[in-house]
Amino acid sequence: MRTIRIGSGAGYSGDRIEPAVELAEKGDLQYLVFECLGERTVALAQRARLKDPESGFDPLLDARMRAVLPICAAKGIKIVTNMGAANPWAAARRTAQIAASLGLPRVRVAAVIGDDVFDACKDRDLPLMEIDGTIKTLGNRIISANAYLGAEPMVAALQAGADVVITGRASDPALFLAPMCDAFGWEMDDWNLLGRGTVAGHLLECAGQVSGGYFVDPGYKDVAGLARLGFPIGEVGEDGSLVITKAAGSGGAVTARTCKEQLLYEVHDPARYMQPDVIADFSQVSVEEIAPDRVRVSGGRGTARPETLKVSVGYVDSYIGEGQMSYAGPGAEARARLALEIVRERLQLTGVRASELRFDLIGIDALHGERLAAGHEPYEVRLRVAGRTESLAEAVRIGDEVETLYTNGPAGGGGAFKSARDVVAVASVLLPRELAAPSVRFVEA
Amino acid sequence: MVKLREIAHSRTGDKGNISNISVIAYNPRHYAALCDQVTAARVKAHFAGIVMGEVVRYELPNIAALNFVMDQALGGGVTRSLALDAHGKSLSSALLDLEIEL
Repeated sequence: MRTIRIGSGAGYSGDRIEPAVELAEKGDLQYLVFECLGERTVALAQRARLKDPESGFDPLLDARMRAVLPICAAKGIKIVTNMGAANPWAAARRTAQIAASLGLPRVRVAAVIGDDVFDACKDRDLPLMEIDGTIKTLGNRIISANAYLGAEPMVAALQAGADVVITGRASDPALFLAPMCDAFGWEMDDWNLLGRGTVAGHLLECAGQVSGGYFVDPGYKDVAGLARLGFPIGEVGEDGSLVITKAAGSGGAVTARTCKEQLLYEVHDPARYMQPDVIADFSQVSVEEIAPDRVRVSGGRGTARPETLKVSVGYVDSYIGEGQMSYAGPGAEARARLALEIVRERLQLTGVRASELRFDLIGIDALHGERLAAGHEPYEVRLRVAGRTESLAEAVRIGDEVETLYTNGPAGGGGAFKSARDVVAVASVLLPRELAAPSVRFVEA
Repeated sequence: MVKLREIAHSRTGDKGNISNISVIAYNPRHYAALCDQVTAARVKAHFAGIVMGEVVRYELPNIAALNFVMDQALGGGVTRSLALDAHGKSLSSALLDLEIEL
């Protein structure tokens, strides 16, 4: 049976770079995938593109491509990535330039275009999934609307000879499913195969999270070598069989436990994992350690794809102002509590208009509230006040009030920090799939 | 009585304003105890004040795991929350503090 090896070179936009180099050099790969696009990254990138039409793609594109292109070109490893963000065509041209500058003029780069469905969405009364209202009610606060595309356009690009495929918004598992469909010629309505491929893609999409990252709890779940964590490789068979492994000699570990944790990561109903290409069923999946750092994953299934595509809508939500200050030693908590009360009163006295406010004591109740934290007395405490406002100027006033604790608050407050930022939030809508029209565009040599 | 941490591991994920927490038995023989004692109602009570919506539990016997999907759990959503841990990534550690009778 034919088998391919797909490496996962990044699990988020800022991820480490050298594990992908290690994978390209030692992983015996045919494909290397970089998943770099968070939920709101496209909206932020779209803003950048409005200022500069040649920007709007991942800021680490240059660094990642320079690091892996020479190795991938030499070994014939194809690259698939969503580093195109809000501007896959500019990212593709930039990548072709980088390849040429590295003496690799024959690298063929393709962009997948058409995830931007802003025009198709903006006048429709599509209900928002996370908050009340519809796209229409967001009005001119909308920044971007991008559909999670499936594997098909990426497969088309690979079939047409692309060495590097750059997308914008696409489903993360689809970045991995595309190489499988390219290599094995899977039909796009073979739901069980696509379901199995989605299990593989889902396990690989967060890179180090399946090979020992985001996992260790000393004394309970120990994994060595996190500073040189090896990123995962999926060995996928023509029948959708799967072994998760990693490059020999790298840090981290691939175990049944790491795979189980990642299988359920960001999953809701495991029998209905909604994807643009398939509704995958993880509920019958089994994992089995067959050798050190080799885990066989079986039992994935699938049913027919949904008729709608999920669309991420980026919009200007509000502003957040924040301030912090530290207290230590005997009485730290009492002084920090007094300080919080002072800031609370000051925000009222000075008329700061905030629709929502939070008063946290980091070290005591900031993460899970007072009830779960009861009975623990810390040596040091950090106060934190954050509030939602309708303008940046108003947001600034919150941190300013915290800072005034220096000369006006309890004894011994130190390390004031303040910030104010605008909030680009993301909500989702479902768009009839025929309203998105993805296409592939090659950079001419 | 043992802490859940002694018999299970856990990971939190986030989508919008929904948090999901897996609870995975180290040893499959403890899966029945998880099913009996780590109920959706108990998880909702544990996170009272944090999780404002429904908690739904899914069972995965093949991997001896439960998956809890908690609605309105992330302060209005990861991208707009005022919380220090906007993703709610630390919630799994809090859940492992539950007490279990063996």
